[in-house]
Amino acid sequence: MKKTLFKGTALPWLLLAPQLAVTCIFFLWPAGAAIWQSVLQEDPWGTRSEFVGLRNFAEVLVEPEWRGAALNTLVFSTSVAVLAMGSALFLAVQADKAIRGGNAYKTLLIWPYAVAPAVAAVLWLFLFHPSIGLIGQALNQAGIAWDYKLNGGQAMTLVIIAAAWKQVSYNFIFFLAGLQSIPKSVLEAAAIDGARPVRRFWTIIFPLLSPTSFFLLVVNLVYAFFDTFGVIHALTGGGPGKATETLIYKVYVEGVQNVNLGSSAAQSVILMVIVIALTAVQFRFIERKVHY
Amino acid sequence: MDDDALAAATRRRQARERIMSHGWLILGVLIFAFPVWITLVGSTHDASTIGRGDVPLLPGPHAIENYTAAWTSGGEGRYRASPASLMLWNSALMALCIAAGKITISLLSAYAVVFFQFRGRMLAFWTIFLTLMLPVEVRIIPTYQVIVSLDLFNSMAGLTIPLIASATATLLFRQFFLTIPDEYVEAAKMDGAGPVRFFRDILLPLSVTNIAALFVILFIYGWNQYLWPLLVVNDRGLETIVVGLAKMIGNGDAQNEWNVIMAMAVLALLPPVAVVVLMQRWFIKGLTETEK
Repeated sequence: MKKTLFKGTALPWLLLAPQLAVTCIFFLWPAGAAIWQSVLQEDPWGTRSEFVGLRNFAEVLVEPEWRGAALNTLVFSTSVAVLAMGSALFLAVQADKAIRGGNAYKTLLIWPYAVAPAVAAVLWLFLFHPSIGLIGQALNQAGIAWDYKLNGGQAMTLVIIAAAWKQVSYNFIFFLAGLQSIPKSVLEAAAIDGARPVRRFWTIIFPLLSPTSFFLLVVNLVYAFFDTFGVIHALTGGGPGKATETLIYKVYVEGVQNVNLGSSAAQSVILMVIVIALTAVQFRFIERKVHY
Repeated sequence: MDDDALAAATRRRQARERIMSHGWLILGVLIFAFPVWITLVGSTHDASTIGRGDVPLLPGPHAIENYTAAWTSGGEGRYRASPASLMLWNSALMALCIAAGKITISLLSAYAVVFFQFRGRMLAFWTIFLTLMLPVEVRIIPTYQVIVSLDLFNSMAGLTIPLIASATATLLFRQFFLTIPDEYVEAAKMDGAGPVRFFRDILLPLSVTNIAALFVILFIYGWNQYLWPLLVVNDRGLETIVVGLAKMIGNGDAQNEWNVIMAMAVLALLPPVAVVVLMQRWFIKGLTETEK
């Protein structure tokens, strides 16, 4: 940090002003407001509010709907992370072995990253719609009663597939980069020792990839938590019933439709704590990686 | 003799593994492209073909009328969106404002933090850093309230300004600025160049690659926004194509004008996908460097 070679106070603050203004007005103020509202209770007419301490939190945490949404979030995020990372790792291992055409495959596999989550949802809806979708119809003809608008488990499966499909590209790029940094001589030595490909993968490649995998796990969880609102909103609207309602979705529904400010704010604060925890984990990990 | 046989066996095994790899990769590419292919094909048939449930696998003759309908009227069904021509314009404007805004204010603040010595420098840095922990999704309602009280509801400013604060972009530029040798600044000073000229004539030209890489990522980020536009805009004249597309789905009835919806989906995903494919090199650079 020795590169501080210009003097003066007015100019640097002027340079920082736009960023700080946006940060204060649209980040810190609303976050502060959320914390403030989370300890208040408004009367039904919104005319008076009283300080209630942590009561909103206590109420939220025991609410069966909130617990349901938390469970949905857990199932959804873990499934998306496992599916998106598993298939990306598999494809990256193949691309690393293929040698020729590696870059062509890269181009052909990374573009889904650019598709908006809501648009990804619409694409998969065309396939899994019970009456106009190719796969939806095939399932019904095969005797499986497929209708994601009626069956909660099927709705969850569909939003998981749509959300994971889009995220594979991202994981693929990082896994491929990780694989390409493993010295080929290490793998050849193992091959000469007679280790079969599967064994080579689990005993050599996988441990060497663990920093990349851990980093991607955090990124994928953050993605599944926060960036997939569009998938759920466009595809199922949180339904059927509340089968695909995640924590973010619930904050949206409560705040926009039911206008219960205290409870919605308390839920926002809980989500902030989750993001802060995930970000902290991510940065601790990066610090460690720098020291290697 | 034995060695030769062993070497030949190894070569055969490697060739076999490689063919397997290509097979898996081609399968992966096909699975990834399949939903888009079905959408592309669907957008070239008429509504009754798709509504009947005859899912075509090859293109039909109705492409021009479907895309014209999407482009000029946004469909005619119960759930209409604005015309695609308008929504594409809105999406492009929003994405460009967000990308350009984020890059500009992050460049300026990174410059201030790295090259100046002034009181409150670390405070400013950590304030910016904090935004990383507060994604818009967790402070939906209070941020919405701020927008309403600032009279920015239903405006392009309200759509873009709250999203342009960027800790990641600032961190990236800071990281890059720290690698610039001090001699550059000393030489500039000797030539009598002040901080403004140093920034314009030396720093900006050196940052071009980083700006390009970041631009690709941020353009996609902006284009794919869903929750925020859904919340702060209800004026049809400001509707973006990702939100408009999801609106056309309604409850996902079989009677929807699926052919026009599919054409709209193709229009919604084409621009960001084109950006990623055409600017692949910068895209990968941007992706791997913003996550450090």
